[in-house]
Amino acid sequence: MDEIFSVFAIEAREQLEALENGLMQIEQGDRDPETINAVFRAAHTIKGASGVVEIAPIEKFTHVLENVLDRLRNGEIEVGGDLISALLQGCDHIGALLGKIENGEVEADPEMQSAGDAIAERLRAFTAAPEAATAGLPDQQEGEVERDGAAGTAIHDCWHISIRFGRDVLRNGMDPLAFLRYLLSLGEVAHITTLCDAMPDAEEMDPESCYLGFEINFRSHADKDKIEAVFDFCRDQCELHILPPHSKIGDYMALIEALPEEVMRLGEILVKSGALTREELDQGLAKQQTAAQQAAAAEQQAPHIGAILIEARMVQPEIVEAAAVKQKQVGEKKAAEARLIRVQADKLDHLIDLVGKLVIAGASANLLAQKSRQATLVEATSVLSRLVENIRDSALQLRMVQIGETFNRFHRVVRDTSKELGKEIELTIRGAETELDKTVVEKIGDPLMHLVRNAMDHGIEPAELRAARGKPAVGQVELQAYHDSGSIVIEVSDDGGGLPKEKIRRKAIDRGIIGAAQQLSEQEIANLIFEPGFSTAEKVTNLSGRGVGMDVVRSNIRALRGSVEVHSEEGRGSRFTIRLPLTLAIIDGFLVGVEKSSYVIPLEMVVECLELKEAAVDRNYLNLRGEVLPFVRLRELFEETGAAPARENVVVVKSGTQKAGVVVDVLHGEFQTVIKPLGALFRHLRGIAGSTILGSGDVALILDVQALTQLAASAEERTLAAADSRVR
Amino acid sequence: MSDDSAEAGRLAFDTDLTIYHALEAKRRLLDAVHSRKALELDLSRVGEMDTAGFQLLVLAKREAQRLGRRLAIVAHSPAVLEVIEFYNMVAYFGDPVVIPAAERS
Repeated sequence: MDEIFSVFAIEAREQLEALENGLMQIEQGDRDPETINAVFRAAHTIKGASGVVEIAPIEKFTHVLENVLDRLRNGEIEVGGDLISALLQGCDHIGALLGKIENGEVEADPEMQSAGDAIAERLRAFTAAPEAATAGLPDQQEGEVERDGAAGTAIHDCWHISIRFGRDVLRNGMDPLAFLRYLLSLGEVAHITTLCDAMPDAEEMDPESCYLGFEINFRSHADKDKIEAVFDFCRDQCELHILPPHSKIGDYMALIEALPEEVMRLGEILVKSGALTREELDQGLAKQQTAAQQAAAAEQQAPHIGAILIEARMVQPEIVEAAAVKQKQVGEKKAAEARLIRVQADKLDHLIDLVGKLVIAGASANLLAQKSRQATLVEATSVLSRLVENIRDSALQLRMVQIGETFNRFHRVVRDTSKELGKEIELTIRGAETELDKTVVEKIGDPLMHLVRNAMDHGIEPAELRAARGKPAVGQVELQAYHDSGSIVIEVSDDGGGLPKEKIRRKAIDRGIIGAAQQLSEQEIANLIFEPGFSTAEKVTNLSGRGVGMDVVRSNIRALRGSVEVHSEEGRGSRFTIRLPLTLAIIDGFLVGVEKSSYVIPLEMVVECLELKEAAVDRNYLNLRGEVLPFVRLRELFEETGAAPARENVVVVKSGTQKAGVVVDVLHGEFQTVIKPLGALFRHLRGIAGSTILGSGDVALILDVQALTQLAASAEERTLAAADSRVR
Repeated sequence: MSDDSAEAGRLAFDTDLTIYHALEAKRRLLDAVHSRKALELDLSRVGEMDTAGFQLLVLAKREAQRLGRRLAIVAHSPAVLEVIEFYNMVAYFGDPVVIPAAERS
């Protein structure tokens, strides 16, 4: 694919995502004009960019979409489920068109074309209707073909009248009061600000001259001509500006500039009187700023607008400064967006790889320095290793992304699926700012999708059943992420029917997954749903229920060195808990030794170390301050030869809620290490997560603590069960 | 009308505050503001006020502020109040507005 198309596709995808998110927000009741503006801008950008790279189908289609959004932005059409659905459909179509581009098919596809036409037709239906409503408004609103996305429209529904009376009005026997009172016959004054700024000092003030000006928000159904007619008698003696309701912010800014008072003062007055919101004013100021920037880009020495105003003695310097600060703030926001740079993932991976090697080399240098017993060398290497540590942390930070982006995609999924299923479902997202490794984020999307769809399809009951159970009609699905002891936990929960334990048990027996006589805890039964070939839905829907979902979910998560389990209460709902390591590349480890071999235990999992005192002979558990702690002997597990030393140590590790002990010969202490994944040959090895190279050049195995704790617990249970049956 | 020796004083207008008396009213108001540290304006007997009169009140208030003196309108006639309210300037003068119940209705 041409590079220009690929760049376009990437950027368009981003805009499309923003567009979709904005629409979802609007549907959920967000009426912030900024949201609508953002949506409009996204569509506008896609259209503009597709025009630049000459992809006509996207440009044409987006144009239709943009028209609808423009109407929406101007408050000419109402937000409704139908409208949003149509718009989202439009987004999907743009997405499909982008997909073609990404596959290198630039030519228009007739099938796509007709699909697009159908959606466009549906969208056009929204733009056609309100024509009549706007016809009565004055000409200023008509005839605009294209608007700058940043300009926006004031949401205000009042006319805005700015009037500065001439000096001689009073002398000629006319009183502003009379005009304004007459104005009341046409409508209602929502707000009036009296400006006396033009009045000179007491000595020079002529009591028979008029110095007043007014900013009036006027609510009326009269048209512009009628309002102007009010001031007919003094028309030639005053400065009159009338802005119709819903004027463009740009018009307000033009008005501010046209009037004799200072920009900021007028701006404040407009904000206070409600004609403009603060955002609109800021936006207006920002627009001037951009205009100035563009002029500068064209290598014209664009004079600062403030400078012009000062020269014209219209504005005091300090006020320009205040305005400039405002403009700068807006500018900074823009700059913050521009501070992001796009880096290819491979380059980043390469960097991490190098840092990993650096860590190993550093550890080796450290070891040699200590052996040499040269104090200065030891000092130098320790500084070096501290720096390496910092580099490692920052390098890893680069790969960390917030999970929110992944989560947000589910708004759309939940929306569409709930419509499809005819259930009302609400999605709550918590902990969207939780960070985790990019590679993990990429791979967690599919399993999450399965879980969320399952929760909606199997979890949430139909509305009647919910009503019968005394639950609110709207089902709740929640996505939550948080950090917990060196791993990230992602939970998918629902307030639906929960897992039918008895049914699961029967089915598991039917399918031969468990034996009929097997005694299982509730927890174990619930987790049977992760077994291959298991599905409990009575009705197979196209969403889920084909029995391939859950075991795929589990194997995907296991591939990420994670685990998944389910807690469920019948009638109350279920909660799927996914536990994942924060990163896949480098860990802080705890180095231990058995005979000549070295092993690394991830440091976050280590709770404490203690000496194994009474060597229980046949039972693999010890009494840890009154708590039963099952343990595994690495010596036995990895079949190390040689006798155990007189003094063995136990490293107490914790994985999730489970604790276990690992019995080793020697404790070497903390060790920073790079995980080298094991070859494909060793993929099915349980208990080992990877390998690493020590400073001395030796290989150390990294223990999979999760597997070890499970192993310890289940081994202990087995011995207990065996002992039980013997007793019986 | 003015009393130069007074620290604080009261000025009562009993004529209309309109363009027809504007020159005279300006002189009286400014004299009063200049001669006293604090001035109380009694406008309860002002039968009519127009925009010119209103401007003078604004001028007097501004002049008093410039000199760091106090100017308070202690009594408004309905006509005065009507104009000040119409122009949305009650807050600018910042005076307590007492409205006799009978006159208001």
